Amino acid sequence: MASSAVYSHRDPMLKKRDDFEDILEERRNSSDLRYALRCYTPVLYKGVVPCKSSMLKIMVLQSDQLHYVINQVSKETGRETDDVKDEASSILDEMAHCQQLSTVRFFAFTLSKVFKSLFRNICVNEEGIQRLQQAIQEHPVVLLPSHRSYMDFLLMSYLLYTYDLSLPVIAAGMDFMGMKIVGEMLRMSGAFFIRRSFGGDKLYWAVFSEYVKTMLKNGYAPVEFFLEGTRSRTSKSLTPKLGLLNIVLDPFFKGEVFDVNLVPVSISYERILEETLYARELLGIPKPKESTSGLFKARKVLSEDYGSINVYFGQPVSVRSLAEGRVNRGQFNLVPRHIPRRHGEDIHSFVSDSAYKLVRAQEENMVLKPWVILASLLLQNQAAGQKQGIALDELTAQAVWLRDLSRQYGAFLHWPEHIPPSEVVSSSLSLHRGLVRICEGKVQLAVEQEVGPVVPAEPRSTVTPEEKLLSQAVIVLSCASYRNQALHVFLRPALLASAIHTASSNQKQEVFNSFSFLRNMFSNEFILCPGATVEDFEEACYLLGKTGALQVTQQEVLVTERGHRTLAFLISMLDPFLQGYQVVCRFLCEEATETLTEKQFIPAVRKFIIKHLLAGRLRYAEVLSSDLQKNSLAAFLRLGAVQKIKGVDPVTLKVNKVMVNSLEDTLGGKLPTQKAVVARL
Amino acid sequence: MASDGSSDRQRVAQQRLRIIAGHLQKPVDVDSDILAAECKAQGPKTQASSEGSAMPRRRQEIMKWNGWGYIDTKFLFNKKGQAEFTGKRYRLSGMIIPALRDWFEGTFGANLQHKSLATPILTSGAVQPPTLNEAFVEELKSTGIPFSHDAEDRVFRAHGHCLHEIFALREGKVGRVPDLVVWPNCHNDVVKIVELACKHNVCLIPYGGGTSVSSALECPPEETRSIVSLDTSQMNRILWIDEKNLTAHMEAGIVGQDLERLLNESGYCTGHEPDSMEFSSLGGWVATRASGMKKNIYGNIEDLVIHVKMVTPQGVIEKSCQGPRMSTGPDIHHFIMGSEGTLGVVTEVTMKIRPMPEYQKYGSVVFPNFEQGVACLREVAKQRCAPASIRLMDNEQFKFGHALKPQVSSIFTSFLDGLKKFYITKFKGFDPNCLCVATLLFEGNREKVLQHEKQVYDIAAKFGGLAAGEDNGQRGYMLTFVIAYLRDLGMDYYVMGESFETSVPWDRVLDICRNVKARITRECKDRGVQFPPLSTCRVTQTYDAGACVYFYFAFNYRGLSDPVHVYEQVERAAREEILANGGSLSHHHGVGKLRKEWMRETISSVGMGMLKSVKDYVDPNNIFGNGNLL
Repeated sequence: MASSAVYSHRDPMLKKRDDFEDILEERRNSSDLRYALRCYTPVLYKGVVPCKSSMLKIMVLQSDQLHYVINQVSKETGRETDDVKDEASSILDEMAHCQQLSTVRFFAFTLSKVFKSLFRNICVNEEGIQRLQQAIQEHPVVLLPSHRSYMDFLLMSYLLYTYDLSLPVIAAGMDFMGMKIVGEMLRMSGAFFIRRSFGGDKLYWAVFSEYVKTMLKNGYAPVEFFLEGTRSRTSKSLTPKLGLLNIVLDPFFKGEVFDVNLVPVSISYERILEETLYARELLGIPKPKESTSGLFKARKVLSEDYGSINVYFGQPVSVRSLAEGRVNRGQFNLVPRHIPRRHGEDIHSFVSDSAYKLVRAQEENMVLKPWVILASLLLQNQAAGQKQGIALDELTAQAVWLRDLSRQYGAFLHWPEHIPPSEVVSSSLSLHRGLVRICEGKVQLAVEQEVGPVVPAEPRSTVTPEEKLLSQAVIVLSCASYRNQALHVFLRPALLASAIHTASSNQKQEVFNSFSFLRNMFSNEFILCPGATVEDFEEACYLLGKTGALQVTQQEVLVTERGHRTLAFLISMLDPFLQGYQVVCRFLCEEATETLTEKQFIPAVRKFIIKHLLAGRLRYAEVLSSDLQKNSLAAFLRLGAVQKIKGVDPVTLKVNKVMVNSLEDTLGGKLPTQKAVVARL
Repeated sequence: MASDGSSDRQRVAQQRLRIIAGHLQKPVDVDSDILAAECKAQGPKTQASSEGSAMPRRRQEIMKWNGWGYIDTKFLFNKKGQAEFTGKRYRLSGMIIPALRDWFEGTFGANLQHKSLATPILTSGAVQPPTLNEAFVEELKSTGIPFSHDAEDRVFRAHGHCLHEIFALREGKVGRVPDLVVWPNCHNDVVKIVELACKHNVCLIPYGGGTSVSSALECPPEETRSIVSLDTSQMNRILWIDEKNLTAHMEAGIVGQDLERLLNESGYCTGHEPDSMEFSSLGGWVATRASGMKKNIYGNIEDLVIHVKMVTPQGVIEKSCQGPRMSTGPDIHHFIMGSEGTLGVVTEVTMKIRPMPEYQKYGSVVFPNFEQGVACLREVAKQRCAPASIRLMDNEQFKFGHALKPQVSSIFTSFLDGLKKFYITKFKGFDPNCLCVATLLFEGNREKVLQHEKQVYDIAAKFGGLAAGEDNGQRGYMLTFVIAYLRDLGMDYYVMGESFETSVPWDRVLDICRNVKARITRECKDRGVQFPPLSTCRVTQTYDAGACVYFYFAFNYRGLSDPVHVYEQVERAAREEILANGGSLSHHHGVGKLRKEWMRETISSVGMGMLKSVKDYVDPNNIFGNGNLL
């Protein structure tokens, strides 16, 4: 439970991870009905008496904090307190869960059926379950699963039910409520709903935070939410959202609980249900609104094979240990605790650091399948312009090389050892046959696929080059999402490799400056803990040094003879992002006008990129990902190269072209980095 | 007491005469004080010191040199393995306590086979020979004030009752001790001693009852000057009683039990009853800002003190009148109260007195859980109807109290006990592992006490409290005095323990109790303590805006290589937890040297500077060099 247990980057090879058990195996061999109706007696937090959801609402409405805010709002707006109270009550009604065991049992039954038809197995680390069980008894628990699919929270509840653990209450986005029956079903299974944005709404915030805190403090049930805030469409972890984390840490800061256990959970899908859906969304083909009928239409996915799911319950992280020496809880001594206050800088940075640590803990325990290795190789191969693909045995050989490399970097790779690599490769390829094509012994991404076979009647001539590009991009982005699963393994070495590549000399300080610049540039794109530049640099040096690719001395960073292959691979891995950010820079310099609004940014930049792709000036179709475009804009905003002009509606973007230009040049290695960032090794 | 009746009247008459004499004398200058409070050395001995119960100079003749309290009183496991309390001094004395052994073994995982007995006598080699300042000693001799550099006398005054102090003594280890002990007989003696100390640059450490639990009496090991322990025990007279204003003027060395007894003989009391009142002295109370059990009626020391005389290196500090309240800048009493012997020696104090209460009644209430109990105490405080004392013990302490029940004499009593237990746990559905008990003490005239009692029990009922009888209440308070002896028993069997206190706002009481107890348990575990510790608390005082909370913790230290270090780390962590949860550094134990490290964050840097500048002015050469507080 020590804070160092969250993640340790010193020697990833030494990391011990638990073994997995397949829970579907038992489901396939015994009655689902009996399973759904079995006796369910979870252990509770220090023998707490479970609390009915109606009782919970009363506790929240009577809390000091809510009273205070109600009076405050009433004073500010001149409304009657009763009126405000009613509003609070209706907010609560809209929000609150009403967990019922019967609904849970219903889900246990149906999900058993669904899971069995979709997945080969669902593997869980049972030692993690035991740790969780222990943690639930000791202190209030917060479950923090990664978020890659709609499946995630149903799966979590299903697992906890299976293992006879307290069912969590889950913070879910309001959009689910669009699905009438399903929304209510989810509510009855323990979901509570929060609006996506409620910026200045004091009352909403008060009700919401008090609701979560009341559940947590009393330990009625584990509170579950997604640190990433939303499903990651790219399979990269998203930079954590801090709102809910702030709320669940608050009772600890204020001494209302002795400790809180945060349990990062890594859910990895061998094949993501929403695979192409996400790709389309990233390409700007709008996502269908969640609706029950939509869900039924989606049932054709049931007939496909989605491989296996791995769920890893991480080591519970004690907030107390995390905060040791970092947070002075005494700062809450002088103001009544129920009066909401903005947290100080120390708390803010503590919460942010913790969030990053937890997301990294999620990443580290994410199981990678061989396909992830293959997708990385195939993407690089495709971008290198080899249209006819790569020979199967060549691919296998490269995969084995990359497998070993990734393991040395500490990847949690599930590569079946008892099967020959060639079989591993071919079975992976066959599971993802929608994305790859094997033609004359050569493997390539299925980008040249014609729309033909599906709609044969349609005349080919109507397919514009742009549509063709987009349909290729769907495949590329889908594939990239698998490569992205491994990004966290290679990220730091890749940043270093790129830094060496762009730095003007082998001087360690120079390389570090370059590293620091890239890291800073990409900190909206990847999970890079704020303020940990030196640690990340050292980690990257350590990993590359350990594997013999680099020689790092006091003064210099030298690439060894055998290191070239590794570095080339790493550079290629990061290259799409480097290119992407540069294209966005180009766009901002060339096309951005005074009147460019925030809303217009994505469509405009997309158009610009399509133009470049079609003209062959850009190799990477994945740059079309709106995720990359948003992240780059966020980075430019953060660095001050672009400013939001508020006050006018709509919000427009003001571009500092000199700065953008210099950023582009620095990214492209045309400008040295000494001025770009103030850094020190 | 009856035989004292006649002498009582005589004494009251004498006092009257003396008071009148005092009035007749014209208060021209300080000398008038000296006349009114003539020194025992010259004047006739007063009744007080002839009572025989006053502290002898050689305290070790009646008190343990390496444990708590009287030599004749201790807990032990007799040959049959039953716990027994020896002596005749307490209600529990001479009784068998049948349940204690099971509780002791069960709670701590201790075993009567595994003993860790104390070194019985102090070897002379353990004590360093005194570093005497010859010139000082010579001049001291000429004043006729008694002094000693006997090793036993010096060791006795080198410590308070912190666990680490007693533990070291039990192992026969002695650190830096005073080089000389002096016993002034009156204020003027103290003036002379302080003058000599200043003249010869000798370090003075005032010593009252020796009950400190803040390392306040420890001699700073880095002190190179000769250290003189100034034992006030012979300054123990009540100099006058003023019945018109209900005040009494005492020498500061008088210990609590003597003060109360003597005042009671005149029909008065101060009502100031700290748990250590058997041994702690009036001067010590003032110097540490003490708090008494019955403060709800009588107030804490700062409410009781009317006038203080303190001898400092700069001279004597005192106020010119006895007005009940003054607006004359910051109250100089507040520099004296809590100064912990760093500024001077308190020699005489005028205190409020009250007529002895006509009627006293104990009581107790059982609550289904601690939360309800705290809610009840909060309500009682809100309605400002707290009895003289109200204390709430948590479940562990309730069980502990239960284990200390003496053997019942009749089958009938044990039958009644069984019935009570049945009623509470079965009929009322209280969980014996959750319930907790509040003990109450009411004082006043009979009618009002009964009325008051009803009011409190009515409030308690609203929080699910059930009246649980006078007997439980009375036992609760009696245990206060014997509990200190129990630690010595624990240390005979590898169990060490300590108590500490804090004050905290009402809304944080439950949180601080839970968190501090949990922190102790966790820290013990992390530091390799094999058996879960006893970690328990009670709310001992209520105020308008908060409460005083007392924590006890004890653990089995068998198998630990450096148990004292473990203990110190745990205690430190517990204090950190208290501060993080909005508790104060101390409610009444004081800071001493044990809690010094948190002073700056507690009172701010400016606050430290203020105190420091006072010290620098009053005692520029650090004559009062015990190193406490700052």
